[in-house]
Amino acid sequence: MKEFLLLLRGGDGRQLQQSPEEWQQHMQRWADWMGNMAKAGKFVGAQPLSANGKMVSGTAKIVSDGPFMEGKEMVGGYLICKVDNYDEAVALAKGCPILEFENGAVEIREIQDMNMR
Amino acid sequence: MSTPTAIHQLTDHLFRHESGKMIAVLTNIFGLANLETAEDVVQQTFITAIEIWRLKGIPENPAAWLMQVAKRKTIDQLRKSKFAVQYDFSSNERKLLTSEYTMHSVLETYWQEQPIKDDMLRMMYSCCTPDLSPDFQITLILKTLCGFSIAEIAHALLSNEETISKRLQRAKHHFRNKATFLQLPLPSELHEKTAIVLNCIYLLFNEGYHASSHTSLIREDLMQEALLLGKLLAENPLTALPEVNALMALMCFHASRSESRLTKEGAIILLHEQDRTLWNNELIDLGKAYMHKATVGEHLSAYHIEAAIAFEHCSAKTFELTNWSNLLRLYDWLIKIDHNPINFLNRAIVLLQLEGPQPTAAYLAKYPNQNALQQLSLYFHVLAEIDCITKDSTKALHHYNRALALSTSKAEQQLIQKKIIRLQQKQQVE
Repeated sequence: MKEFLLLLRGGDGRQLQQSPEEWQQHMQRWADWMGNMAKAGKFVGAQPLSANGKMVSGTAKIVSDGPFMEGKEMVGGYLICKVDNYDEAVALAKGCPILEFENGAVEIREIQDMNMR
Repeated sequence: MSTPTAIHQLTDHLFRHESGKMIAVLTNIFGLANLETAEDVVQQTFITAIEIWRLKGIPENPAAWLMQVAKRKTIDQLRKSKFAVQYDFSSNERKLLTSEYTMHSVLETYWQEQPIKDDMLRMMYSCCTPDLSPDFQITLILKTLCGFSIAEIAHALLSNEETISKRLQRAKHHFRNKATFLQLPLPSELHEKTAIVLNCIYLLFNEGYHASSHTSLIREDLMQEALLLGKLLAENPLTALPEVNALMALMCFHASRSESRLTKEGAIILLHEQDRTLWNNELIDLGKAYMHKATVGEHLSAYHIEAAIAFEHCSAKTFELTNWSNLLRLYDWLIKIDHNPINFLNRAIVLLQLEGPQPTAAYLAKYPNQNALQQLSLYFHVLAEIDCITKDSTKALHHYNRALALSTSKAEQQLIQKKIIRLQQKQQVE
């Protein structure tokens, strides 16, 4: 069993384009997606992220305001799941409701064991 | 514009009817160890309601409005728990309550009609843990599920507020040390745990039915609450055991006569003097339906027989038409299951109707534990009735006085006093 981080990208402004009913139905599909994962014991945690942010970079520690990327690339949330391999993680990611949007994308990264040299 | 009085009346009413549901759901979410959190959320919800309704008037559907606010406050609590691990969200399903993506939708599933009923049922079983005595169980049920205030519980249980507060604190302390969630009993322990719950409901009902020093309002309330709690058990296929239906039948039959049992001033009207047209036929029919459901299976509980006894009384058109020999048979049966002195004395009363004073006196003398009888007002009351029939008024007076000294109910004391006075007047005439 390994842990994978799913970075949920794009799909920004989705709430604005929908009626409250549509939005509620959309959120229900998020709940169903994660609910099925939870039932299978694969869900670890997930949170949406706000569109604003700060960035501290380089040795000079320069602080800048977000958003940092084009809307379609922006990370709108994350999810951590426990599965055996990438294939399984990909299969889970395919169910993510962010993919209901043309510019939605799920980046899948395995959480690595940090081995000290 | 809604007046403050109107708002207070409405919130009092809603608290009685809605707070139990809310507490049950919230306790299910936060865990039994956090019963106080659940109570806080409910209290805050009602405070918000009073504040906002005062400004904006009462909404169209106040109960739904309250539930909406309670949900919002639940989310606030859930969010707080991110910063301090207060609640146990380790189970797979409960993990979803920690994510902003899912907590709203998952929370909605908790506040649907059926889950609310299930939670109330779970709460009932949790309150009736064998670790707490029946006094504590009833106190806890009245506070959590029935929306009674501490003062109302003290009044209903003929206790004082300090005792009730202490009980509640101890009960909550007990739960705090046992980080458990609300649970229904396992099939293997269903009968045993349901017996405790039923005992608690029956005590609650009797508190309303018998404690005649209460105002009629409190008495009706207690009986209604007992019937509501019993209905929750009877409506759930898992807990609708024959003994549950039998207790429901028993309570319906008793409740059907509650109007005719007391005068407006709260004085007892004896069975043979009751106006039988006041008996509630709807409740009698409901009782019959429960009785019918109770006959499945082979388990015969004391409630079955007590319900049959109550039905014998309900179905007699007049006191004279009471089927005493049926009643005697039923008491024989009851005593086989539950050999307590009250059942024995009730059988003696039937025997007195059927066979007269001498056999009844002989029967009473046969009871193995005479000491236990001597503690009961009813014992001396029966002896006095026997003396009255044998026209030994000196002995009757003596027995009535002993019954009076042992009685704890005001209405009962008044009844005995009335009999004593009547007897004394008769003596003077002779």
